[in-house]
Amino acid sequence: MNPSAQALQATFGNAIGRVVDARGETIVYVSAAKVRDVLAWLKNTAAPGYDYLVDVTAVEYRDRERPLEVVWFLRSLASTQDLRIKVELDPRGELAVPSVVDLWAGANWLEREVYDMFGVTFTGHPDLRRILMWETYAEGYPLRKDFPLRGRFSRSEQVRQALNVNPEGHYSMEELAIAESYDELPAEMRDRLARGDRARIPNSE
Amino acid sequence: MKHVETVKGSDNWLTTKFTSLVNWAVNQSRANSLWPMPFGTACCAIEFMATAASRFDLARFGMERQAFSPRQSDVLICAGRLPFKLAPVIRRIYDQMPQPKWVISMGACASTGGIFDNYAMVQGIDTVVPVDVYVPGCPPRPEGLLYGILMLHKKIKGEDLFDPTLRDEHLLNDKGLRLEPEQIDEISEPFGNSVHQFRSA
Repeated sequence: MNPSAQALQATFGNAIGRVVDARGETIVYVSAAKVRDVLAWLKNTAAPGYDYLVDVTAVEYRDRERPLEVVWFLRSLASTQDLRIKVELDPRGELAVPSVVDLWAGANWLEREVYDMFGVTFTGHPDLRRILMWETYAEGYPLRKDFPLRGRFSRSEQVRQALNVNPEGHYSMEELAIAESYDELPAEMRDRLARGDRARIPNSE
Repeated sequence: MKHVETVKGSDNWLTTKFTSLVNWAVNQSRANSLWPMPFGTACCAIEFMATAASRFDLARFGMERQAFSPRQSDVLICAGRLPFKLAPVIRRIYDQMPQPKWVISMGACASTGGIFDNYAMVQGIDTVVPVDVYVPGCPPRPEGLLYGILMLHKKIKGEDLFDPTLRDEHLLNDKGLRLEPEQIDEISEPFGNSVHQFRSA
């Protein structure tokens, strides 16, 4: 059992739910309202400090009664200790948890992936867009249990929408390494990038 | 060479139709100096690399130069599954290739979607670009790809250059599709083990 679990219970009291030991890994359930404070405390105050965010992901179970879980995998590089923080959400309710991008910059794309696949909103995220599916993808959140394996639209509609995406629109200025040299780009390229037509499907009304 | 007759009693004369001579000369040259544009997305690309490397040696069939640029290539080899996100990319690459151009669909996933009968995958690249040769296999061995390339050679040698529709550009129609929606739905219809899964569940 990771000693940080007891430290969390001592510090946050009721905000900490059950603590589970799963094959040597410690899982701490935290209330959604307090999870940001808990994660910030674990990074900045706890000894050892959990300076490395390994992964952010989510789990939805086949059992409809079980809550959807958002999981943070933390690691302390100095003491090589691992800790899992979980928040339980009602899959039929609003799915929102606070973002931790300001604590760990690496959370940016991880949270975007969870948003893309599960529809969990990370409040306070600087740039919460889809990351794996294209941004105009309208069929829903593919890893949710109510999502049909082949998607919601017919195959021809899927092909039509996919073919009408502008492939150059997948990349925003921030993601391009040439963002700093934007002013020195050829005018035509600057115009194309600035148009921001990545969220627009041609041939659609 | 078809339609060629040696004049009796002489080895130095032959008669043929002009069109046959042109077809023969041009098609032989084209078939034997194809420049491939590899579009490798998955494990088929590993087999493609093996095909191009010294043991199997694509260069023996005139494919010495791998053209990693659509403008300088003749045959697009889609090696691997094609996600919907890459569909506009392969379409643009195909449109950028100058005529004459051909497409080889390498492997089960490129040809049919393969095991990926899901929300993210194109169910056969023929719903996006026209395909000349389908190579089955998961992934095909280099011999399989070579056989497909030789089949393409055969197809090229049989082309009639005087057919005015031969080099038509098959652009996307006003619906933004290559085929009619019903055709795409029919091509994408699940088969094999996939028939036990349903769209609604």
